[in-house]
Amino acid sequence: MAADAPPVERVDLRREFVEVGIGEVLDQLDRELIGLKPVKTRIREIASLLLIERIRKRMNLTSEVPTLHMSFTGNPGTGKTTVALRIASILHRLGFVRRGHVVSVTRDELVGQYIGHTAPKTKEILKKAMGGVLFIDEAYYLHRPDNERDYGQEAIEILLQVMESQREDLVVILAGYGDRMDKFFASNPGFRSRIAHHIDFPDYSDEELLAIAELMLQDMNYRFSAGARDAFVRYIALRKTQPLFSNARSIRNALDRMRLRQASRLVADLDRVLSADDIMSLEASDVLASRVFASGMAVTQ
Amino acid sequence: MRVTQGCFSFLPDLTDEQVSRQVQYCLARGWAVNIEFTDDPHPRNNFWEMWGLPMFDLRDAAGVMMELNECRKVYGDRYIRMSAFDSSHGWESLRLSFIVNRPKQEPGFHLERHEVSGRNIRYTTKSYAADRPEGARYGDK
Repeated sequence: MAADAPPVERVDLRREFVEVGIGEVLDQLDRELIGLKPVKTRIREIASLLLIERIRKRMNLTSEVPTLHMSFTGNPGTGKTTVALRIASILHRLGFVRRGHVVSVTRDELVGQYIGHTAPKTKEILKKAMGGVLFIDEAYYLHRPDNERDYGQEAIEILLQVMESQREDLVVILAGYGDRMDKFFASNPGFRSRIAHHIDFPDYSDEELLAIAELMLQDMNYRFSAGARDAFVRYIALRKTQPLFSNARSIRNALDRMRLRQASRLVADLDRVLSADDIMSLEASDVLASRVFASGMAVTQ
Repeated sequence: MRVTQGCFSFLPDLTDEQVSRQVQYCLARGWAVNIEFTDDPHPRNNFWEMWGLPMFDLRDAAGVMMELNECRKVYGDRYIRMSAFDSSHGWESLRLSFIVNRPKQEPGFHLERHEVSGRNIRYTTKSYAADRPEGARYGDK
């Protein structure tokens, strides 16, 4: 978008949409991410807004860079990081960030351990993220209300300053669990006002979790046998009631343990000739051996 | 007298946008861009001081420009240069270096002729600016 180009009078919206190529990214988002209806709707809205903003810019109707900083709130394993990657790609295609890479950090990478350590550390990360998206996971750890000498506050001040003054260079996405993010924003009003889009990630339903499991298995070239599938439906219902349930991440961990059990089951009988089908399919016994089914026992993972 | 060291020094001073484009060229090739400054303009002065740490793993020139502006705020009255370091095997050295900031007044150099035995002459160049102590060579700062 050259600033000195003459303003455009007419724009073919469809051609614009196709040229930018965000359609593909949005379709991919729909295809590869199960559920998350409100999130997808919001992202479509944001993408439309940015597409129009881009046209307005070419028509010389606006010169301001829109605020694009976002906050993603939701329980663990609801796909916040994955969506951040997609957002970066959408923003890149629309030309709102120049490189489209994502730098994912937590408190450790931003906050130093002694006086004078924090500012260079935070700035180094900011410099790496320039031209792309800075994804700060569990952002509320930056603020430690119980310790007023905590260096986190220094990192917050530098972040806020760059978020305000270099909006065209960097998009910041803060992510974390809903209730704690609310508290974080309440004690740092500067952040709340600088963030344009607050997106809430809902928990997955049982059917969605099953669909996620099947998609993951498909990617790993595994599949459920009919019995295993039924067992897994029961597994999901039980696992959800137990503590430390983290949505898709728990499903991934469960699948990893099932692969482990399947492998040891196969290796137990060394004299057998295996077909590709045997190697690929998870049986009901692999699922049912899970500790989740042993009632009354605490789950460690 | 205008000091001509490094790339582009016979061209008019680069604008910030041009500097940014050059830095982006370096980053696209995977070179790490550093900012250095000095107030001793002698061409044999290898010891320019570094502004901050070398900036590895950057993707966009905006980060370097941010540091350059910080550096200008503090050492705007001195020479500042960008140097791009290529860490790839076989190079492991500077690939590009150019001045991005210079003092308003550059007093130039004095040429000293030293007559030695047999009426041979040895030459010494000396910067007029270096007559004053370090840190007070240009302007009032």
